[in-house]
Amino acid sequence: MTTEPQADPRPVRTAAEQAFAAMLAAAPADGSSRIGALRRDAAAAFLRNGLPHRRVEAWHYTDLRALLRAAPPRAPGDAAPAEAIAFPRAARVTLTDGTVGPLPADLPPGVSLLSLADAIAADHPLLDRLGAEAPDRYDAALALNTALLGSGVVLHVAAGVTVERPIQVAQVVTGGTSVFTRLLVVVEEGASLSLIESFEGPAGVPYLDDAVADVFAGDGAVLDHVRVQAEGAAATHLGTLGIELGRAARYDLFVLTLGAALSRLTVRGRFGGPGSHMGVRGASLLAGRCHADVTLFVDHAVGGCDSRELFKTVLADAARGVFQGKILVRPDAQKTDGRMMSQALLLSGDAEMDNKPELEIFADDVQCGHGATVGALDGKMLFYLMSRGLPQREAEMVLIQAFVGEAVEHVADPAVREVLVARMAAWLAARG
Amino acid sequence: MSAVQETVAQVRAIDVDQYKYGFVTDIESEKAPKGLSEEIVRYISAQKNEPEWMLEMRLDAYRRWLTMREPTWARVSYPKIDFQAYYYFARPKAAPKSIDEIDPEILKTYAKLGIPLRERDALLGIENTDRPKVAVDAVFDSVSVATTFKAELAKAGVIFCAISEAIREHPELVRKYLGSVVPVSDNFYATLNAAVFSDGSFVYIPPGVRCPMELSTYFRINEKNTGQFERTLIIADEGSYVSYLEGCTAPQRDENQLHAAVVELVAMKDAEIKYSTVQNWYPGDKDGKGGIYNFVTKRGDCRGDNSKISWTQVETGSAITWKYPSCILRGDNSSGEFYSIAISNGHQQVDSGTKMVHLGKNTSSRIISKGISAGRSNNTYRGLVSAHKKATGARNFTNCDSLLIGDTCGAHTVPYMEARNASAMFEHEATTSKISEDQLFYCLQRGLSQEEAVALIVNGFVRDVLQHLPMEFAVEAQKLIAVSLEGSVG
Repeated sequence: MTTEPQADPRPVRTAAEQAFAAMLAAAPADGSSRIGALRRDAAAAFLRNGLPHRRVEAWHYTDLRALLRAAPPRAPGDAAPAEAIAFPRAARVTLTDGTVGPLPADLPPGVSLLSLADAIAADHPLLDRLGAEAPDRYDAALALNTALLGSGVVLHVAAGVTVERPIQVAQVVTGGTSVFTRLLVVVEEGASLSLIESFEGPAGVPYLDDAVADVFAGDGAVLDHVRVQAEGAAATHLGTLGIELGRAARYDLFVLTLGAALSRLTVRGRFGGPGSHMGVRGASLLAGRCHADVTLFVDHAVGGCDSRELFKTVLADAARGVFQGKILVRPDAQKTDGRMMSQALLLSGDAEMDNKPELEIFADDVQCGHGATVGALDGKMLFYLMSRGLPQREAEMVLIQAFVGEAVEHVADPAVREVLVARMAAWLAARG
Repeated sequence: MSAVQETVAQVRAIDVDQYKYGFVTDIESEKAPKGLSEEIVRYISAQKNEPEWMLEMRLDAYRRWLTMREPTWARVSYPKIDFQAYYYFARPKAAPKSIDEIDPEILKTYAKLGIPLRERDALLGIENTDRPKVAVDAVFDSVSVATTFKAELAKAGVIFCAISEAIREHPELVRKYLGSVVPVSDNFYATLNAAVFSDGSFVYIPPGVRCPMELSTYFRINEKNTGQFERTLIIADEGSYVSYLEGCTAPQRDENQLHAAVVELVAMKDAEIKYSTVQNWYPGDKDGKGGIYNFVTKRGDCRGDNSKISWTQVETGSAITWKYPSCILRGDNSSGEFYSIAISNGHQQVDSGTKMVHLGKNTSSRIISKGISAGRSNNTYRGLVSAHKKATGARNFTNCDSLLIGDTCGAHTVPYMEARNASAMFEHEATTSKISEDQLFYCLQRGLSQEEAVALIVNGFVRDVLQHLPMEFAVEAQKLIAVSLEGSVG
């Protein structure tokens, strides 16, 4: 990679941009390997574009140039790592400040889990799947992650293998650092997997967590994916999720957003073959002054697929929620069925919700729709519950739980679902 | 003949890229030199005998425009416009003193377009005796050529005249309101308009007056390579009501003509303005050659409590449409409405929608948008609904449906919703689909032909909006829809 940053057309670089440029400059140079080229391209893309700002349409409501004041240097924290959120039966690998911990020993045959560093050292063929995006389409979160590619996990499920236990990739940050991790998941033809990602860190410490996952589900594969973002209250979480489905594949994602002062999750899903299903759902529970952005891009590149998107946002205090969703139906992607819904509940007069559900359609034999609502708790419903003897607080909790319940009920594994519901209940209780 | 049969007959009668209003009127006209400069701005102002303050406003706008960049965020693509290649001012030679002095060629043009300019005819009951009276202001290229029913309107205290006349006759009103809704440097095209606007209509409805008839402006771009920059200002004072109609056509030309209008509406306490547009500029031929570039800024300000502004539009023309009629809901309990049918065929590109900005308490807005794309066109709905922190009880309902006819067109929906008040209640729904096979099958099975069935379904699809148009416009619009979709159905 180039140690000399390229000439910047903008006169001023923000402190955060300078900090990132310094991280790029400090990263070890790489020879002529493919991964090296990938890092170089991504670094160049970041130095060229800098952080996105409000005039970049996809980041209109999450202006990183203004919101991201600083980026702590990449130094491991010294605090003892907290125990990651536990899911029953799950085989777990924990990344502490990006460092991969012991790998679970008892994985079923056909499942291989290895650290990204080992995979790079061994020039693993799976790594060819990385970096399908053209550098000019890199946004800052993805570009920085790719430019500093090195820590993370590679998970591979061989064709036809059904993995009974969920596999959890837990990330724990221990101090004021910047962490860049990559998760590569390949579920081959006819295989099935339940995958859980979790992100946690200390409450009062500003740190930055930039996590990218590349998920590939082959023909007829079934993948349930749960992503829990429960970062510390002062953290910045930048998440990117790329999903590529083969034909007749089933993929269901549930995203729970609970923490971080500033968070952004970009989900890009693409259908590569007909007959596939993609469910992208989530719930965001936001309080304080927290700013959480979920941006979806679902690309119906081929016909005969269906996608379902459902997002629920609950906003207390002066929290700000952003939902942007785009369904693209390309020419000839006939028989597409896409439904997107974003609903937000404002619990406080200082909260703000920005919704932008988009449809971009170039084929005529399709059924696509989107809906969006914003509102407060229904006074009549509250009154009804209170007239049945529930105190106001509890009545509110019942209604909020019902509101987010609609999204979480699509999580297939009841044990996983229970953990998620418990986390949401804890959030609601803490709010009181 | 029923409306459906009529629609089908229209479809049959016209072969592919035929634009009914594509003729050119052969009249002598005076033009300012091509291009845009401070001299041209001064020239336009001088031609209109404008007071000094107006010239200052224009020059200020022109200087600001020079520093601005053309917006590129809309989902339309077109070759870079050379703003120096247009004529910014054209008018028929020998400006008329009264209707009788209008060049007979122009009168013929309007007759062909079906616009009754000669109020005398209407008054004598020669034709259309059963039709309600409509006062018309006709704008031909850069000047207003005639305004009808002035005397009758004056009796009610209504001022309805060309804006150039209003600048001279009612400077106190114009100075107070012009640019108060769409500021001079609002956006690239609005700023250009502020610098070079040539004519348009001015309406003032005094307090408590219900305007005795529909007001209407008819815009016609005739001259080659001209830009039309009209400016309309409507003020409805306390407790008044006005319904205003706007129609537009242009000749069929290979070059792209430019149209950048600004419309400002001001509704005071308890006032209501209903603004209807049937936009039928020349859309270009079947290969996408020619057509009007339509860059329009329309905004209404519900300045007083309980005021209401309603936009209804039928958009069938123009090669490029860039238009977002908006409502600023400033007064408490004020309400805004937007009903739109946007039809694109051939190579047309439409990027249209609305903005509802809720500032006052208990404000409500309603958006119904129907987009129909056919041929190789792209049709985008882009809208913003926002509730300010103080907009307690703001309420919005948005429904945008798109219908795709054929597999080479695109339909897009880009809604923005920004809620900063917990008691705000926003609902948005959008669907995109093709004509339902079930509905089609049902109609065919009842004995309708394929064409009749499609016409029936399309008319049903846009019905919600059509019923908000004034009666005679609704009939016109229904025919227009059939003609616009011609060649794409079946």
